[in-house]
Amino acid sequence: MSKLTLSKALNEGLRRALEADPKVMIMGEDVGKLGGVFRVTDGLQKDFGEHRVVDTPLAESGIIGTAIGLALRGYRPVCEIQFDGFVFPATDQIISQLAKMRYRSRGKISLPVVIRIPCGGGIGAVEHHSESPEAYFTHAAGLRVVACADAADAYSMIQLAIASDDPVIFFEPKRRYWDKGEVDTTAPLDSAQPLDRARVVLAGTGVTLLSYGPLVRTCVEAAMAVARERSVEVIDLRSLSPLDMATIGESVRRTGRCVVAHEAPVYSGLGAEIAARVTEACFYHLEAPVLRVGGFATPYPPSRLEEHYLPDLDRILDGVDRAFSY
Amino acid sequence: MTETGLIQLLTPEGERVDNPAYPLDEAADIKGMYRDMVLVRRIDTEAIALQRHGELGLWASLLGQEAAQIGSGRALTPKDMAFPSYREHGVAWCRGLDPLRLLELFRGVSNGSWDPEEHKFHLYTIVIGDQTLHATGYAMGIQRDAAEDEAVIVYFGDGATSQGDVSEAFAWASVFNAPVVFFCQNNQWAISAPQDRQSRVPLYQRASGFGFPGVRVDGNDVLACHAVTRRALQAAREGQGPTLIEAYTYRMGAHTTTDDPTRYRLASDVEVWRLRDPIERVRSYLARSGQADSTFFAAIDAEANELGERIREGCRTLPDPAPLELFDHVYAGGSAILDDERERYAAYLESFEQTDTALEEAGL
Repeated sequence: MSKLTLSKALNEGLRRALEADPKVMIMGEDVGKLGGVFRVTDGLQKDFGEHRVVDTPLAESGIIGTAIGLALRGYRPVCEIQFDGFVFPATDQIISQLAKMRYRSRGKISLPVVIRIPCGGGIGAVEHHSESPEAYFTHAAGLRVVACADAADAYSMIQLAIASDDPVIFFEPKRRYWDKGEVDTTAPLDSAQPLDRARVVLAGTGVTLLSYGPLVRTCVEAAMAVARERSVEVIDLRSLSPLDMATIGESVRRTGRCVVAHEAPVYSGLGAEIAARVTEACFYHLEAPVLRVGGFATPYPPSRLEEHYLPDLDRILDGVDRAFSY
Repeated sequence: MTETGLIQLLTPEGERVDNPAYPLDEAADIKGMYRDMVLVRRIDTEAIALQRHGELGLWASLLGQEAAQIGSGRALTPKDMAFPSYREHGVAWCRGLDPLRLLELFRGVSNGSWDPEEHKFHLYTIVIGDQTLHATGYAMGIQRDAAEDEAVIVYFGDGATSQGDVSEAFAWASVFNAPVVFFCQNNQWAISAPQDRQSRVPLYQRASGFGFPGVRVDGNDVLACHAVTRRALQAAREGQGPTLIEAYTYRMGAHTTTDDPTRYRLASDVEVWRLRDPIERVRSYLARSGQADSTFFAAIDAEANELGERIREGCRTLPDPAPLELFDHVYAGGSAILDDERERYAAYLESFEQTDTALEEAGL
């Protein structure tokens, strides 16, 4: 075991994947010499060469489009989109091409492309650097959409994403990049929790609190803060698409209450899908409607307002309290 | 070169002309090219008729572009990879693809059922220009495999040159020196938009801004298209990077069977191009030079008739996919969400059968 930041854990996971399979490549803006703006790919070009860790031209559609071509040729590209708000020039290639190729080829074509996207706010950034665009991608069948929340999980999840034969959108919580955690870099990958399964982070009996990415830590802190009065079960969804409804449903049937928290706007967000599914699957077990806590139906605000926009410990607990008020 | 700057080896009248920079391949099978062009035109004619009879939902005609497609398609070696848009029926033919595989797509029974690696011919791409990046990435893979005997060709039209992805593909191919040939069939119409709505400069000149060669070839001259493509592919294989080929041609038919070109272009313009027909000039040349006689031409026509019959019959009997195939091949390992939807929909369909059986048993 070693204590690593989430950023370093990703770096170690990428290194392990590059070592394990010569077809794995890394490509993106500033990922080589600089090591990425968050240093996630630090030192990889030096060790694996410019053919495997590619500093690309500044064109997001180009990154994904050429990654598709490389995947057709048998490579496993791991693309970095520098910030969440910069993924949109690539959405045509992601949604019209990457997501659909397996389906339209009746399974003849696999495109094992991973798209890493630092996501979320809370770092005082200028606009387009703090967004949570996951729902645009969970709506596109054929994509796996996942989010890591801590260093240990990030280390194994990035390797599982690279090993997946499906395209994976891999969200990284940028304000948690420097959070440290114990990571066992000697553990074999097949002992890791599968990519499509949710994880109970904190067991509880009174309410199920669902989250992913940057808010998992906030949810755990919220649960601890009220541990004397309430028994809160915190689940890290990990896989945003497809959803692990088995784990979610099992928990909610036990607790009878469900709150979903994410940074993205509540309106048409992933929480809406979860609420509808939980309501249908757990209707007779619910003591309260499924509640959602998240960003407002506004564009991401200037950073001096983001503390109001982002769900924090108190807003999450407010949601939990409301779940007990029915 | 003609006075309009086109590389040409066979005039519209069927006269052979030489171009020292683009010598005709001595092994070029001109009779074979003629045969291919006649047969793909027949595929096209049959497909349009099948659409009119309601057997196809849509068809994108290649009429007028046979030389560009057969000339370039025949320049590919079996190892070269081709990325088409959605009108490259002639290139598909050169890659050994059964035309019925193309008809499936326009009939709506599949989105492309062929194996792209087997034929070295990727699935059709309908979003304009997207495939230029796929081809460039594939070529970058060839570089990483150090496969020096392989190159990539990607097909797109004059309209696609306005897409950002095509410019991105040019930039990437250039800076990485990727072994890819950009084959632009300038058929002068992007549905109703003429080429001057896409560009103020001739399209082949775009390449110079990106730092690689661009050439303009008579797209209705199968020999010139073959020679120019062959040279560009060889340059790519030898590590000289990309080339842009602008095959200057004309879309003789509608954009697709849903289009009505009489709303935006003059019949007299089309007539000018009818005199430059890509097949007629080869026929004239073969006949005049004594390389083929009426027996040869009659045999090709008979072969076209047989092919037409096979296509008509084959298209009408293409089976519809089974309803539950709807849920297959979304994810490599499936998903519980999809399994749930499949199960529910199967039960829903089953419920009709139960109702039908019950009604039958009740004598209703």
